[in-house]
Amino acid sequence: MAISRRDTLALASASLAASSIPIIGARAAVSDVPTADVKPPSFKPEAGAELRVLRPAKFVDPDEVYWRQNTEKFTKETGVPVRVDFLSWEDLRPQTAVVANTGAGPDIVVGFSADPQIYVSKLVDVTDLATYLGAKYGGWQELAILYGTKWKTKDWISIPIGGGTGPVVYRQSWVKEAGYDRIPDDHAGFLALCQKLKQIGHPCGFSLGHALGDANGFASWLLWSHNAKLVDENGAIALDSKETIEALKYATELQKTMVAGTLSWNDAGNNKAYAAGEIGLTFNGVSIYYVLKASQDQKLRDMAVDTQHQALPKGLAKRSPMSATPMNAMVFKHTKYPNAAKEYLRYMMEADQYGPWLSACIGYWSNSLKAYSKMKFWSDDPKLAPFAGGMDTSYYSGYAGPVTPASAAVEANYTVVDMFASVVTGNATPESAAKRAAQQAARYYKQS
Amino acid sequence: MDATTIDGTVRFVPNRTQSWLGRLFDWKPFLVFLCMLPTIGLLVIFLTYPLGLGLWLSLTDTTIGHRGDYIGLENFWSLYDDPVFWGAVWYTIFYTAVATAGKFLLGLWLALLLNHHLPFKAFIRAIVLLPWIVPTVLSSIAWWWIYDPQFSIISYVFVNVLHLRDTYFDFLGAPWPARWSLIVANIWRGIPFVAITLLAGLQTISPSLYEAALLDGASSWQKFRRITVPLLMPILSVALTLSVLFTFSDFQLVYAITRGGPFNSTHLMATLAFQRAIPGAQLGEGAAIAVAMIPFLIVATLLCFFGVGRRKWQQGGDND
Repeated sequence: MAISRRDTLALASASLAASSIPIIGARAAVSDVPTADVKPPSFKPEAGAELRVLRPAKFVDPDEVYWRQNTEKFTKETGVPVRVDFLSWEDLRPQTAVVANTGAGPDIVVGFSADPQIYVSKLVDVTDLATYLGAKYGGWQELAILYGTKWKTKDWISIPIGGGTGPVVYRQSWVKEAGYDRIPDDHAGFLALCQKLKQIGHPCGFSLGHALGDANGFASWLLWSHNAKLVDENGAIALDSKETIEALKYATELQKTMVAGTLSWNDAGNNKAYAAGEIGLTFNGVSIYYVLKASQDQKLRDMAVDTQHQALPKGLAKRSPMSATPMNAMVFKHTKYPNAAKEYLRYMMEADQYGPWLSACIGYWSNSLKAYSKMKFWSDDPKLAPFAGGMDTSYYSGYAGPVTPASAAVEANYTVVDMFASVVTGNATPESAAKRAAQQAARYYKQS
Repeated sequence: MDATTIDGTVRFVPNRTQSWLGRLFDWKPFLVFLCMLPTIGLLVIFLTYPLGLGLWLSLTDTTIGHRGDYIGLENFWSLYDDPVFWGAVWYTIFYTAVATAGKFLLGLWLALLLNHHLPFKAFIRAIVLLPWIVPTVLSSIAWWWIYDPQFSIISYVFVNVLHLRDTYFDFLGAPWPARWSLIVANIWRGIPFVAITLLAGLQTISPSLYEAALLDGASSWQKFRRITVPLLMPILSVALTLSVLFTFSDFQLVYAITRGGPFNSTHLMATLAFQRAIPGAQLGEGAAIAVAMIPFLIVATLLCFFGVGRRKWQQGGDND
């Protein structure tokens, strides 16, 4: 199938006008969530309570639509007015910092990644709520526990809502044409597949440019699948290792199989190239599939049918080294209505609300509570399988050290990404690049 | 008659003694100060305070989320050892020098063309201003598409229309092509400013000078060299200073197109300062990079002002 340049331009502008995309994924029955019979803790909202909530902006429509619907239902049932503000992803972390430092503003911030750990002293303890939800819904996923609890304790400081994960996204027919039924789990096999894909004219493509999500995700996979890591368990820089050198050498071979121009891709680069049929395989969230499936264009809907997802190849790691970007709800101590805030979060996490929201997002968010992985929509569309376990992972930004702001600073400065980029383009030797990146990373780790 | 009026004069006595407030307002230094107060207020709030805060932040280890402590010049020492910072300094200087030269050569040329009598002169002059008028973010996004590795219109023309190449250009995928691509985009954006400013300068040159030169048998080059250039110098120096400042502190173009990639080869000091300070949350270090721009800007300004346009008018006199 050939898609012209012009079609792709149209597609790109269509995805900008995302509000016109119809909501897909039927409203799932919530009876498919197995629950234990646990009595909910009583959080009686304070008299005259009202709440303000800050959360990340939606990338797929149902995320916002269902969130708002559930919030309206909450207001109707409890009489507590709730105002929800959706904030662009770049602005969310600075705003969270302002909320934390000024002790004013929103009562609940649904923030990213390590923020609960950073602002731990300003947060209301939510152990009672988290314990209840965990007991009722089969326990929390591993990544949810990591971000929800205070480091090395059992105190819950936030309620993890979900995480965005990025498995392998590929064109089934082309991978078959290359002689494979599924994506090989070992490094040599994966490289061979990518080489064959290039031979048949449907190369792979992964960004090593300054793409905050995609490039850091790819670089992390390269490290983790070689058992290399940025820092050790104590937070000491462990990047300059022989495992990292191996990862760099492997990346150099893999780069030769890619479509041209991946070093300048930003986060939209692989989405655009995939939708144009320029690449046959990449790592990405569900957004590629979602946009294709929701398209008005038959050609793109056909492409969605041919699209498949699979967890990232394990390489030398024991589990698929795939992480997720989590969003965690924090209740700030400055709120006048802590009970109302907890009740709101409990309500949003219950199956009647969470189930329809999760299923309508078709994998954009992976569930933080284990029971939700059993929902039917995950198996109705087998393409979504890798997303059902998105938060069932031991890998996280800054693995394997303590969760601190430093790992976010390393990502924002593309330290690891640039290490790979300079080696795969032949601008640095693996040894010198690893050494230099370790020095750069140390700049951020010393300050936290 | 009793002659009570001894000297026959009447002394003028104001019928109302002036209050201290009235006297104060009659006092010229006070009045001058009062009239300057709004301007001083604006300058303090919008210039001095941010600048002072930036200077202070650069001496602390402030991060987003934590008020930092005073650490002296540690940020600067740390930057001194940072190859990424020096790479950004180097590219900023290179970018400014090459882009400014390009803008002035092409801008002057354009101004000379526009100074001739052309049909639809006003219309053409308006069109020339377009790159300057369009918000930078929009033109940056347009350039981003032009340089896209898969969807570039330039590559499309070369490969699919003219069949001159087999593969698409990789404009931004390697350090040098990316650096030059950004410079071209910056020149495109900056030409109108230079052209229109110089055009204004050209139109103040009296035609009689050219007529006199013509009678003396001067060639075009001599007229340009001996009349146009010297009389254009004052405005040239102002335009040059402004242009260097704009280019040196450029941010949007680089941030929208490459974000400093590939591997930091296209970071300007401004984009690096932002990346370290806001997404990277190291406010102190970001501020230190921004502060490090100041000496460069001062030197650049002095060079432009005194090097190119050392004229009496700058000290308030006439040109000779």
